[in-house]
Amino acid sequence: MLSRALRLPRAVPLRAVPAAISARSVTTNAASASLSHSVPQSDDERFAINLSDESFETYELDPPPYTLEVTKKELKQMYYDMVSIRQMEMAADRLYKEKKIRGFCHLSVGQEAVAVGIEHAITKEDDIITSYRCHGFSLMRGGTVRSIIGELLGRREGIAYGKGGSMHMFHKGFYGGNGIVGAQVPVGAGLAFAHKYEGRKNASIILYGDGASNQGQVFEAFNMAKLWNLPALFGCENNKYGMGTSAARSSALTDYYKRGQYIPGLKVNGMDVLAVKAAVQYGKEWTAADKGPLVLEYVTYRYGGHSMSDPGTTYRTREEIQRMRSTNDPISGLKQKILDWEITTEEELKKLDKEARAHVNEEVALAEAMAVPEATPSILFEDIYVKGTEPQFIRGRTTDENYYFN
Amino acid sequence: MSRLLRPAARLAASTRAFAKVPAAPSFAQRAAFARPVVFGSFQCRSYADNASGVKEYTVRDALNEALAEELEANEKVFILGEEVAQYNGAYKVTKGLLDRFGEKRVIDTPITESGFTGLAIGAALSGLHPVCEFMTFNFAMQSIDQVINSAAKTLYMSGGIQPCNITFRGPNGFASGVGAQHSQDFSAWYGSIPGLKVVTPWSAEDAKGLLKAAIRDPNPVVVLENELLYGQSFPMSEAAQKSDFVIPFGKAKIERSGKDLTIVTLSRCVGQSLTAAENLKKKHGIDVEVINLRSIKPLDLETIVQSIKKTHRLLVVESGFPAYGVSSEILALTMEYAFDFLDAPAQRITGADVPTPYAQGLEEMSFPTEQLIEDYAAKLLRL
Repeated sequence: MLSRALRLPRAVPLRAVPAAISARSVTTNAASASLSHSVPQSDDERFAINLSDESFETYELDPPPYTLEVTKKELKQMYYDMVSIRQMEMAADRLYKEKKIRGFCHLSVGQEAVAVGIEHAITKEDDIITSYRCHGFSLMRGGTVRSIIGELLGRREGIAYGKGGSMHMFHKGFYGGNGIVGAQVPVGAGLAFAHKYEGRKNASIILYGDGASNQGQVFEAFNMAKLWNLPALFGCENNKYGMGTSAARSSALTDYYKRGQYIPGLKVNGMDVLAVKAAVQYGKEWTAADKGPLVLEYVTYRYGGHSMSDPGTTYRTREEIQRMRSTNDPISGLKQKILDWEITTEEELKKLDKEARAHVNEEVALAEAMAVPEATPSILFEDIYVKGTEPQFIRGRTTDENYYFN
Repeated sequence: MSRLLRPAARLAASTRAFAKVPAAPSFAQRAAFARPVVFGSFQCRSYADNASGVKEYTVRDALNEALAEELEANEKVFILGEEVAQYNGAYKVTKGLLDRFGEKRVIDTPITESGFTGLAIGAALSGLHPVCEFMTFNFAMQSIDQVINSAAKTLYMSGGIQPCNITFRGPNGFASGVGAQHSQDFSAWYGSIPGLKVVTPWSAEDAKGLLKAAIRDPNPVVVLENELLYGQSFPMSEAAQKSDFVIPFGKAKIERSGKDLTIVTLSRCVGQSLTAAENLKKKHGIDVEVINLRSIKPLDLETIVQSIKKTHRLLVVESGFPAYGVSSEILALTMEYAFDFLDAPAQRITGADVPTPYAQGLEEMSFPTEQLIEDYAAKLLRL
């Protein structure tokens, strides 16, 4: 159980860092990074920022560098991406309340830094697989707002053609959305297995919640990933509650980054998009160097309920939610840094806010205008099997409704 | 109804995605597979002696050859499961494959069905073509969620953009004296899931042709083998010995042609039914038609209905639990599609509705036997 980071001096990065870093716990302060030099003029020139000492905790692992190279353009893009996800989720919230979205709808408001930070650390050739709380990841992987909202509305031009719904979205390098808690974890290990099998240097980013972390198959996946040295970055999105059960009430050990036991772990401030990027970037280098899997824990917080039917207030206090929103918000945090570092002006950020909002609104309008799938047998029965390999016919509700493939 | 009578060969008519489809034999060759063959009990050797180039294969060897040929033909194919590599397979089906293809392609897994099934499915989603062996399908209950929710449903849920080319295989159904937890037939479980294809080979040719077709099929396919058949020998035609041999799904085989009674059956019960049919012929001069389903999803309803039109009597023989099973489905379909052609109520022989007992005498009472099939068929025919 002893964190190797506790043992000096291995844990100390090259630059001077207070020796006691690991003794502190990871912060969820979203604006804890600082600047060591001045910011360049150009949008594309790289410069270094310093992450807070409290960005990471490690288990059997040297911590990632506490400096991160970014560009002004990238910081603005991260900001825009997080605002876009939030706007999209808020739009989904509204559409659900208008009864235009059916069934399940799990929103990630408050957790945007995880999806955005990860995407900014990987390439499109890397893979992501996640749980049912997947809208933000779908957008980051290249899905459009209109296709995601279209899917939620059950439209034919939705990202899964109206067949998947909120929990089942797929895109190149994005393998869903899985509605079975924890089932995506071994599947994600399989994505990593395929990278290794094909000799690619890519990583598979596997996300699951603190609730899923107790599922047996998560540990089965850990075992095989370590045994076969797979490029798998397991990551527990710890938003403190699995539905309404707090981490402490569900998990004998709430240090989810230590749950890999024989796999090094890294706990990350999941409210700070820069810390997330730094951690995943480090993880990618780790897997590319053939060092096998890591277990990350992104400490984050969901502002809303588990799903739309959960007001989210029976198992936690309104004060707690309010405190996280007002002091640890990932978007406000990055905004503050951008202003402090004079990356851009408040006006320009407001312009970005407006742009993101306008874009989401436009896309939502487009999605609402999309046609629903025609309620015809040819659409109902398509894609059960790969085209050209279907059986002669598939049975409908009655024999009269059997669908014959031609 | 009339649509039902269209030829099943249209299955491969589409040219789209054809490269991924099994290198299907021409229609003429297919017709040959489906041709009724008078094939006495499987112990009959004369069949092999008469045909040129025919060799005896055990089901185990046929499966092994199928795996070796597909591993050879496609780098994306690999096999994983418990004891498949160094141990040579718990039932020796994968014997020699590790030596021939190396540990990259033949992979021993820890005993964690849920985990390695999920992992294999992930690899399939990423474009590989895994063959996931279960030591027996009893253990696959640990991972049936992955088979159904992660493999079978993903293509549909993704709107057709995310295929999953994976083969699940292993022994299914009861074996001798292994007790309740190791004796279950899962045909009905997998057969009820949209998005899966499910095959149940009986003979060596079935085993080779269906397994190869399963590996090449771009959908998730479940190959339900039978432990008691692994060691049985069958004649294998010259065509079936070649590496391009595949058997199309959804086409049953008329193993024995007859005019008085149709027995529809699958897996090990095919052999038992053939023996019973021979005995009925000898004792009563009755000609029983025996249909080997080969694949239960899709199911070759057409062949069943055509046969009932000829014989006007149906008996389904299977070894699964009776309730909501393969035979229940076939009887229901018969009500829907062939009611007018029946001269007697369709009947079935199944496993008994009991957890499989250990003691031999009790176990024998739990599953179809040749004698039971013979007697029950005679009763149905009022002999």
